[in-house]
Amino acid sequence: MSNRPTLDRRAKSHLSYFMYSAHRYSGLLLACFLPLHFFILSQSLKGASALDQYLKLSDFWAIKVGEWGLVTLLTIHLIGGVRLLMIEFGTWRGLRKGWIQAAIVISIIFGILFLVLAD
Amino acid sequence: MSENNLKVKVWRGKEQGEFVEYLVPRNSNQTVLDVVTYIQRKIDPTLSYRFACRVGMCGSCAMTVNGVARWTCRTHVAKIVEGNSLEIAPLNNLPVVKDLATDMREFFNKWKGAVGFFKGEQTRFDDFAKVKPESEARQLANAGIECIGCAVCYASCDVVASRSDYLGPAALNRAWTLTNDVRDVQQLDRLRAVAGDAGCHTCHTHGSCTERCPKQLSPTAGISGLKKLVATAAVRGSQWGKL
Amino acid sequence: MSATTIQSSAIRTAVLQAKLWYAQRISAMVLGICVAIHLLIMFYAIRGGLSAGEILGRTQGSWVFAIFYEVFVLACFVHAPIGVANILRENFPSSEKVIILPWVLACLILVMGTVAVIGVFTGGGSL
Repeated sequence: MSNRPTLDRRAKSHLSYFMYSAHRYSGLLLACFLPLHFFILSQSLKGASALDQYLKLSDFWAIKVGEWGLVTLLTIHLIGGVRLLMIEFGTWRGLRKGWIQAAIVISIIFGILFLVLAD
Repeated sequence: MSENNLKVKVWRGKEQGEFVEYLVPRNSNQTVLDVVTYIQRKIDPTLSYRFACRVGMCGSCAMTVNGVARWTCRTHVAKIVEGNSLEIAPLNNLPVVKDLATDMREFFNKWKGAVGFFKGEQTRFDDFAKVKPESEARQLANAGIECIGCAVCYASCDVVASRSDYLGPAALNRAWTLTNDVRDVQQLDRLRAVAGDAGCHTCHTHGSCTERCPKQLSPTAGISGLKKLVATAAVRGSQWGKL
Repeated sequence: MSATTIQSSAIRTAVLQAKLWYAQRISAMVLGICVAIHLLIMFYAIRGGLSAGEILGRTQGSWVFAIFYEVFVLACFVHAPIGVANILRENFPSSEKVIILPWVLACLILVMGTVAVIGVFTGGGSL
């Protein structure tokens, strides 16, 4: 005797749900990151050298990976968000799957762009 | 090939129960409803399930097949079989009466809860209501009125699963079609019903309802329309009065 | 409680939910523009490494940057806590105390964000 089955991954294995997930978790992680971001920037109050001490942290590869992750998450959240605004405020044209593909592709491109441009 | 047997796991019981496996001969032109019917008629007559038209018009045969809510009469085994296995369970998010039959009362109660029913004020002595078919409101209503209340969208919705009071895609879709019906006189009540914690703003645009609707309706579109309508009504008031 | 009191408190919750949704979407539109610009500025800024001198060289004394970033902060202040509140309400439905977290986040964003904007505008020197 067991409990009846509930909605599992098979029910959620479609593109729109994946985009919802990506949008939600990227937003959550970005929200957690924001206070840290503002803290580091506010070191500028003590002058350029104080800020530089924190910026030097990005020399560690782990921080670089974190920054890459943030750029990727931000892009996903941005394009996923624009998709939502189109669904909610624009003319109905389906679940805007083109925007999902764009979000994935552009976030990969921006991630690579970051890695290329950052020293 | 008829030598092959399908291994079909079917949910037996209620909220508590188990999957029982049956061997069903595989045919080239077989629907999941054919499979369930074969089991009940030839193997185990105690299996309970619902169907009616068996041609994709009534929505009674909706079940969860391999984890996804479908009309079993319109689902070819060949299209969704995994190897030679099938898993058939009752629709999610609804209480189980027995085996594959669910209790649809809460689904229809939520239609009522969303004021998903029509009320006009004209009588037989009045002239016909004149509604232009090409008007924007009528086009929006027409896009959603083919719903036959099969509950596939309701069974597919993650928000329904996590919030038992959420009105759900079908009820909200119906409410949306009625907000676009110029003859209806309960618009303010309807707006109030679909606003609030358990209403349209709880939708997170997963899109499962739109993805799974066997009639290709888009509850997501209707709910988005309601979100805008309710938000505008909350901030500025609506054409029917303030929320 | 009479039936009308219950109904009107339900309507008040409904109105609040609708307004929060609206505020989050409007701030989302603002953020769409701000984030797009921010990404472009970032790609320009990180070339050849990040240094405080370079950053402050752009932002110090610049009213344009100050106003842009403060608008950005205010939009985040509205947008992020409402999003976090939705997530918390869905995953911890029985907890009433959990609502404090979005408020904490809102204060952190508003205060620390504005301090950061003042910081990069003044660059550690006097205004």
